[in-house]
Amino acid sequence: MSLDELYRQVILDHYRSPRHSGHIEKADATAEGQNPLCGDEVTIELRIEDGRVTDAAVRGRGCSISQASGSMMADKIVGLTTDEVDELIHRVKRLLDIEPGDPGVDPDRPGAKLGDLEALAGVRRFPVRIKCADLPWATLQEALSAIG
Amino acid sequence: MIDLSHLRKDFPILSRKMNGKPLVYLDSAATTQKPVQVLDAMDHYYRHLNANVHRGAYLLAEEATDAYEGARKKIAGFINAGSEREVVFTRSTTAAINHIAYGWGLYHLKPGDRIVLSHMEHHANVVPWQLITRHTGAELAYLPLTDDYMVDTSRIGEVVDDKTQIVAISGMSNVLGSFGPVAEAVAAARAVGAISIVDGAQLVPHSPTDVQALGADFVAFSAHKMVGPTGVGALWGRMERLEEMEPAEGGGEMIRDVQLTESTWAEVPHKFEAGTPPIAEAVGFGAAVDYLSAIGMDQVRKHEIEITRYALEKLTEIPDLTIYGPLDPEKRGAAVSFTLADIHPHDLATILDQEGVAVRAGHHCAKPLMRVLGVPATARASFYIYNVPEEVDVLVAALHEARRIFGVA
Repeated sequence: MSLDELYRQVILDHYRSPRHSGHIEKADATAEGQNPLCGDEVTIELRIEDGRVTDAAVRGRGCSISQASGSMMADKIVGLTTDEVDELIHRVKRLLDIEPGDPGVDPDRPGAKLGDLEALAGVRRFPVRIKCADLPWATLQEALSAIG
Repeated sequence: MIDLSHLRKDFPILSRKMNGKPLVYLDSAATTQKPVQVLDAMDHYYRHLNANVHRGAYLLAEEATDAYEGARKKIAGFINAGSEREVVFTRSTTAAINHIAYGWGLYHLKPGDRIVLSHMEHHANVVPWQLITRHTGAELAYLPLTDDYMVDTSRIGEVVDDKTQIVAISGMSNVLGSFGPVAEAVAAARAVGAISIVDGAQLVPHSPTDVQALGADFVAFSAHKMVGPTGVGALWGRMERLEEMEPAEGGGEMIRDVQLTESTWAEVPHKFEAGTPPIAEAVGFGAAVDYLSAIGMDQVRKHEIEITRYALEKLTEIPDLTIYGPLDPEKRGAAVSFTLADIHPHDLATILDQEGVAVRAGHHCAKPLMRVLGVPATARASFYIYNVPEEVDVLVAALHEARRIFGVA
């Protein structure tokens, strides 16, 4: 049943108990994203030290897909270098069918696992919801591009 | 219960399947489906009558003009206008309200003047007035809502003060379903010499409309929400108001004479219809009011009361479901907004879609109202003549499925 693939337990868990939903004082990078058509909102704040994300805060309002995607993203990016975050963004966009190519989640490849984020793959069967899953990632891209 | 199910065969789209399930179309407040009678009228126009109107000196152009003006006459009759000259074809309700704003408001409003709206207005009856306040220095004031989701008129005499020039109010909320206090708004406007405008987009399609009895100065509505085509709407105006209103758009068709530096206008209503109008759409609009008249608008209203009562009964039985709107079907139309537990309306819409059920989810072009309600979005099921009680049952079953998927205990 494809609805159960979309609304996996891990998605509902992140929706109801979002991680890293606090606030970072004097963040090094911030961005606000909105989908004006459906009203979903997300705000991202990042602490970046020596080219590495050392803390992230993601807050927002919206559907389970957009909010869970943001929560899982925050979980995943803390500890990564900005280059690694950039690579991750593109892998997620491939996972969501936004960018062409293999998202690289081959279980035999070391370090290839996307973890909870793989649950977002269920959205591919629901094209109108892809933009929901992408909202935090597009916003993250904006936050990073602002610091060059 | 009034049975209009025989009408369903007139709407080809209702036999479609969505995601393998029969389409249950519950988004008629956004746009209604179209019967073959309307489709055929437009097809016939293009196949046999097509020419530009009001300017050709040949028989075909005369026939096209007769079809276009004949539609105007039908619509005038449908709303009991005093004359068909009081019916202006527009692009939509939105365009009609903008025309009043830029054709009347721009020329009559001064700094400090007041425009009174309500908290349940669609953006179409908010944003044009915000734009006009920039040009004129006029200010907006709002009638609030009561706890039972009706416009609060207890202090209307204070809100509609002697600086008020315009009172513009929805005849029926596209979110709450609540009827607007049209009689009170008209009376309050008259008492201070203001004009009154009814956003009739959700009102005219759903119950008998007598613009003379309503008493307002303007009533705006759209064809596509009453089984007609998109791209055409109507602005009814009292003749004396139309005479004092300036055209908001200039161009062909709307002039008497054009000099190098100035022009004079054609007669009402043509002075408001710049450019080639949506002729086939107007013809389809005429066929739509013929279709509704053949059913009888009193029957349409009775059916809506009954299906709304049934829907409200069934929906209130679902645990954790909140309805935003009055629960008395006599006080409201057939648009029912709700939320279910902590399930976001977009998630609800996705789940319902898998069961073939089409509902709206979002802010419904009424963001000020969403803030008053304290929710970012709602789901909305809206019913029309072709909906049957069994479709309410499908909706309710799908909502229970949503509860299961989201693990709502």
